[in-house]
Formats: sequence, structure tokens, C-alpha cells
Amino acid sequence: MKIRTVLVLLLISAEVALAPPMSVQVRSAKVRATASQLATVVTTVDYGVVVEARALDKGWYPVTTRDGKTGWLHESALSKKPIAMRSGTSDAATGVSSDEVAIAGKGFNEQVEQKLRTDGTFDFTWVDKMSAITVTEEQIQAFRQEGHLPGGAQ
Amino acid sequence: MRNERSILTSGPDKDAAHQGGRSWRRCIVWAVCLAVLSGLYAAVRLTAESEAAGRGAARGQRAGFLTEDRVDSILRGVKALEKTWQDLTPEQEYYIGRAVVASVLQTYRPLDRPQANAYLNLLGQSLAVFSNRPETFGGYHFLLLDSDEVNAFAAPGGLILVTRGMLRCCENEDELAAVLAHEIGHVELKHGLSAIKQGRLNSALTIIATESAKQLGNEQLVSLTQTFEASVQDIATTLLSKGYSRKQEQEADAAAVRLLRRAGYPDRSIITMLNRMDKQLGRSRGLGFDKTHPSAKSRADGLRKIVRDTGPVADEVRRQRFVNAMMPVIAGQ
Repeated sequence: MKIRTVLVLLLISAEVALAPPMSVQVRSAKVRATASQLATVVTTVDYGVVVEARALDKGWYPVTTRDGKTGWLHESALSKKPIAMRSGTSDAATGVSSDEVAIAGKGFNEQVEQKLRTDGTFDFTWVDKMSAITVTEEQIQAFRQEGHLPGGAQ
Repeated sequence: MRNERSILTSGPDKDAAHQGGRSWRRCIVWAVCLAVLSGLYAAVRLTAESEAAGRGAARGQRAGFLTEDRVDSILRGVKALEKTWQDLTPEQEYYIGRAVVASVLQTYRPLDRPQANAYLNLLGQSLAVFSNRPETFGGYHFLLLDSDEVNAFAAPGGLILVTRGMLRCCENEDELAAVLAHEIGHVELKHGLSAIKQGRLNSALTIIATESAKQLGNEQLVSLTQTFEASVQDIATTLLSKGYSRKQEQEADAAAVRLLRRAGYPDRSIITMLNRMDKQLGRSRGLGFDKTHPSAKSRADGLRKIVRDTGPVADEVRRQRFVNAMMPVIAGQ
């Protein structure tokens, strides 16, 4: 019996060790209590932050954040590739604001957009306006409830 | 065989001996399992690390930090590993999408109707959470266009535009949900990015791969901006003139049906919307949506095979809130 307990513990440790580190690849991702986009938000993780992810389950990873919080992140929010950060900006380990975090060495970024703005190639006024339209989780829940929309399963 | 077993397991001593033997056999099996798991773990980790620009980068990343010098040296060693549009990151896709919308807005005027745009975003974002790709770098956002042309556009990263003419093809919220679900399908499947010409992508990714981690030098910035602009143009041309392939449209329709079902909308609303669109387009053949999409009738016919034609019926509350938010826009008031 003891041997079995030890082996089970070893297996659990092996599973934990197998959890690969993954990086958040979107500006901000919500860690949910269950594997659903409508589930309660446990915490949010910013771009570039590393989380420990266990086996993918129907599009969702059970994750543990650096500060020990557990929950679920949709696979579209995570990247297996490490996202390198510029020095002097965010550090995933400390959870510093990631406003200035970028994928080091990658183009098609804010600097390029800024050049298009200053050159007068494109006008981003309405792009900014539409991007600023926010919808809260509470509004989505209320909208669905009011509209008698059933389900909610992913 | 059965007899041998009964003989071996008869008597308390033999039982104990047998159980001891079984425990050891189990130990060996578990140990082998652990060894295999450890081996697999090492192999997976090594592969992942080498793919991610070397073990040093991965170790540095796990530590949560890479210095500029370290990143520079890593990047020098991974020249142009990325070769296809699928390798563009969500962040790059986001900036491309923003410029694509800015480009489309050179042709179409935005419709400055806060109430209607708020409703459009509420409906669109309520749907997007049920997509196979609910998370994009900057999220999903929707905007109405002041045009009588029947059209809708999905820019990479989740920026979606819908014309007033397209609204006129929708009689209720369920049908507008079908339009948005189709466009979300294009975003989910990254159809916009696939419109970037391969040659353009090669030069872009070569510049990106050899680029410094620091701010771009002026020469690099000019070069990258030109490539970026041309990539945006490739996508805008597809959205405005060429259209996606028939296969991509079918994929987006199938994604829309799945999305509607998940979100609780009747999936047949996509067929009723397409039928209305077909009639609407009868008045303007060869323009707008008709120019860039397979015929609405052929799409509706194709969808009949997968639409269940069951599920909830049109709801009065949903119909009324659609009317309240969109009727003034549809009427051109």
C-alpha cells in the first residue's frame, strides 16, 4: 500500500513536471475558474507572462500562474514559443505592467504604425474609436439572459 | 490456465507470496511508466526549446527575462525561421488588421451612430466568446459603414466592418448574428493573413528575423514599413475586390453555423439571411458582397446539408432590440 502511495505521488509529480511553460500571446488574458469564456475570472495575465500549463482539454489549458493562482486559459491566449521581452520593460516573474512589452526582434509593431500615421499613409482615427468600444462581461451575460439565449457551453 | 491459477493462489502463505509478487510486478510496471514519461518529457522539452530559438532563449524566458544583447544574439542565430503567414504572431496580426481597416476606410465611410455601434459590439462580442478563437491580441471590435452596398469585412485580429446595406439583409438579431458569425469565422481561420503574397511574406519575415531587438533603425523601419504597407494592400485587395476563395467562404460559413449553435442562436438564421441577401443582391448584381463572395443562393444551398433547422425560434425580445438599435440606420435616418 505504501509503495502504491509513493508511486502515485511520483506520478503526480511527474505530471506537474510535464506541465510546459507557456506564454500569454494576447494583450491581456483572463484566467477562468472553469473551462468556459463565461466563467468567473480568477485573475488576469498580461502579454508575455509565463504560466505553467497542463494537458489541453477541449481547447482549454489548466494553468498555474507565477503567483500560484490556478484556473483555465483558452488555447488561443497562449503560445508555446517563448515571448522574449525587451529589457527595461516587463518582467514576467514580477508581474510588472506589460504596456511596453513587445516581442523582441519582431516587426509590424507600433513603431511601424506610427510611421504610417506620420507619413499620412493611413488615418487611424476610426480604428482607434472602434477599438475603444468596450463590452463588459456583465453586459454580455445580461444581453444573453435578456435575449433568452440558452446554452453557454464551449 | 484457470486451474493453475487456483493452485498457485490456494493457502494463506501462497496468497501472501503471490500478493508480494504482484506488488513487485506493479512496482516494475510503474517504474517503467515513469521512465517512459521522463523520457518523453525530456524529448518534448528539448524539441520545444530548440524550436523556440534555442535552449538558451527558453531558459532565459523561463527565468522571465532576456537582456537585449541575449535576444540579439539569439535572433542572429534564427534567421528567417518563419516562412508562412501562420507564423505571424497575434501581435503582428493585430497591427496588420488595424492598418487593413484604415485602408478599407479610405473607400468606405464609418457610420457614426454610437447606439447602433454599441449594439453591434454587444452582439458581436457575445458571439466571439463562443468562437474557436475567442482571444485575439486586441480583441474583437465591430463598426458600421455608411454604405448601401451589401458588404462586410473581417480584418485580421478581429476588427469587423458591416455596411448599412448588409443590415438591410437582416430582419432580426438572429440574422445579424449569422452575418457576424461568418466574419468571426474568417478571423478565427486567419483568412485575411493568408491573402498576403508569399514573396512579400518572405521579405517581411527576413527583415523581421534579422532585425534588432532594439528600436528599428531608420533604414530598417522604412524597409519594413514598405513591406507592411504592401502586405496590408494584399489583404485589402482581397477584401474589396478579389474576395476569398470559395473554399474559404464555405469554411467561414461552417464556422458560423457552429458558432451560432454554441451561442444559442438558431443556425437556420444564416440560411434565411442568405436568402434575403440573394433577393437584395438581385438589385445590384456584381457589386459589393456579390462581387467578392460566391452567390448567396449557392451558399445557402451548401449550408442546408449541415444546418439542423432546429433550435430556438426567433425571440421577440431579440427582434425588438434589433429594431430599436438598427431600424433608424436601416431606414437611413
